[in-house]
Amino acid sequence: MPQTPARLRRNAFDSAAARRRCLAYRRRVLDISQQVTALHVAPAFSCMEIVDVIFKGLMRWTSPVHSPDVFLMSKGHGCLTQYVILEEMGVLDRKDLELYCKPAGRLGAHPDFGTPGIGASTGSLGHGMGMATGMAYAERLQKRDGKIFVLLSDGECQEGSTWEGAMMAANLRLDNLTAFVDLNDFGGLERMSEGHRAFYPLAEKFAAFGWNTVEVNGHAADEIFTAAIDANRDRPLAVICRTVKGKGVSYMENVPIWHYRSPNREEYQQALAELTEISE
Amino acid sequence: MRNRFADVFYELGKRDPRLCVIVADISPAGSIAKFRSEFPDRFINTGVAEQIMIGMVAGMVQRGLRPFAYTIATFTLYRPFEFVRDDLCYQNLPVTIVGIGGGVTYSTLGGTHHAQEDVAIASTIPNLNVIAPCDPAEAEAATRWCAQQEIGPVYLRLGKAGEPDLSSQAKTPWTFGKVRELREGRDVCILSYGPIVKRAFEVAERFAAAGRSVSIVSVHTLKPLDRAGIGEILGKFPHVVVIEECAPNGSLAMRVRDLAWEIQARCRLDVFTLQDAFIHCYGSHDDLLAAHGLSTAHICARLGLT
Repeated sequence: MPQTPARLRRNAFDSAAARRRCLAYRRRVLDISQQVTALHVAPAFSCMEIVDVIFKGLMRWTSPVHSPDVFLMSKGHGCLTQYVILEEMGVLDRKDLELYCKPAGRLGAHPDFGTPGIGASTGSLGHGMGMATGMAYAERLQKRDGKIFVLLSDGECQEGSTWEGAMMAANLRLDNLTAFVDLNDFGGLERMSEGHRAFYPLAEKFAAFGWNTVEVNGHAADEIFTAAIDANRDRPLAVICRTVKGKGVSYMENVPIWHYRSPNREEYQQALAELTEISE
Repeated sequence: MRNRFADVFYELGKRDPRLCVIVADISPAGSIAKFRSEFPDRFINTGVAEQIMIGMVAGMVQRGLRPFAYTIATFTLYRPFEFVRDDLCYQNLPVTIVGIGGGVTYSTLGGTHHAQEDVAIASTIPNLNVIAPCDPAEAEAATRWCAQQEIGPVYLRLGKAGEPDLSSQAKTPWTFGKVRELREGRDVCILSYGPIVKRAFEVAERFAAAGRSVSIVSVHTLKPLDRAGIGEILGKFPHVVVIEECAPNGSLAMRVRDLAWEIQARCRLDVFTLQDAFIHCYGSHDDLLAAHGLSTAHICARLGLT
């Protein structure tokens, strides 16, 4: 058994620092929402802690172009989360974010391959699992130890292609592939638990497709981190993260319109006032 | 053509460890079976699952491999269309997707297996290069080119098996993006690509019997189209004929007409394509082509060659 690197040992992840970062990221997303209306605030807020754990705790990052590990934002509409994290890491700069969705800029409402720190062009749902499977297999075939992390929305688990990929990844026993599911229970239109009851149970579906699975609170960074490093790695791992869409801003939480809507000035002020503390 | 592809791929694969082949439940022909037994890790069967076949090749090339996706043309291009468009073309990745049995090659299997619009559809996607060799030798040249190119995604449309040699008399080698004269002539030029080039040779013989000197040009690269080369032909020959195994909308015929209008070509231009129709006919490949109006007799009659 290879030794677990020091940085991947339990308790190696400072979850208090993660909480502070995630508050700051949310405030940054809200800043951007005051410049451009084309953004998905609530879907970005539901996956904030997950993506932070991946970038700050799990991934080995050496260069924005070719790092040992890869992250794919399969739920492309969550890309503001990734942008603000990449900004904090210095991969994207302040100007990139200021020019978000503007003709002179390079960041759109869905991520584009070729932008520093972006692993694939996504936006159309159900594409990340396939590319992640190919990447994980390429790492193994070339005898490298690269790890592939992919973030799926729960809605994407309605796409047949996600399950084509899930089955293939398990066939190939890709133990270097981890899929995180941002299980906020909402599609763009309605709650899964109301409109698509057969969607549940989800972890069991991944298990039936040959994956290891673990369920966590998707806003508790330490739970996400521990689940990802502790899991038995003889096959792909699905970390099912229970989340709240719009997490952190009371009037956005679990209200479908915030999938698309940008807050007005008053709503923005209220959101900032609320974002001083965030519960798990 | 399929076997030559397999032989060449096997030979190249022995030298280049990045080459892989991903199939979707199609039995590996000839040397691909040999490739599989020698390099089992570099042959992947996704099963009856084409979206993951395309998604995987995208991920594999992003991490340094050179995969070829390989299955029947309808399932290479139509079933996973959005994956081809987004994963391969939007990201502009140097991947080859091979469509076996383009056009109506699978003549007994019905419309579900006819890729009668494949070249037209593939040509509409930005960044996608489209190649349709006419015989085993062109398939070999194209495969060699695809295995080392870094330009972007390629749709490589192959026939099936048993295509005759048509290009060994050509004076110029196969070059990506350039039309290639297979037979020299002065009076008429036939533009064609894919296995139906053999029909062009049959028609040329009938022209020759009528005392006309006929050139045959393989337009093996449909995208990027050699507009300069075709423009020159439209300017030089008094009579240009297009014969192709593709539905009319978006076809080579349509693009040649477009170019002819643009450069105000003065030649006579006749085009022969598959029909814009699902034709419920089962039989040999020739039977299907005939049902679409692409028999030698029908073409010659329309050209006034009796």
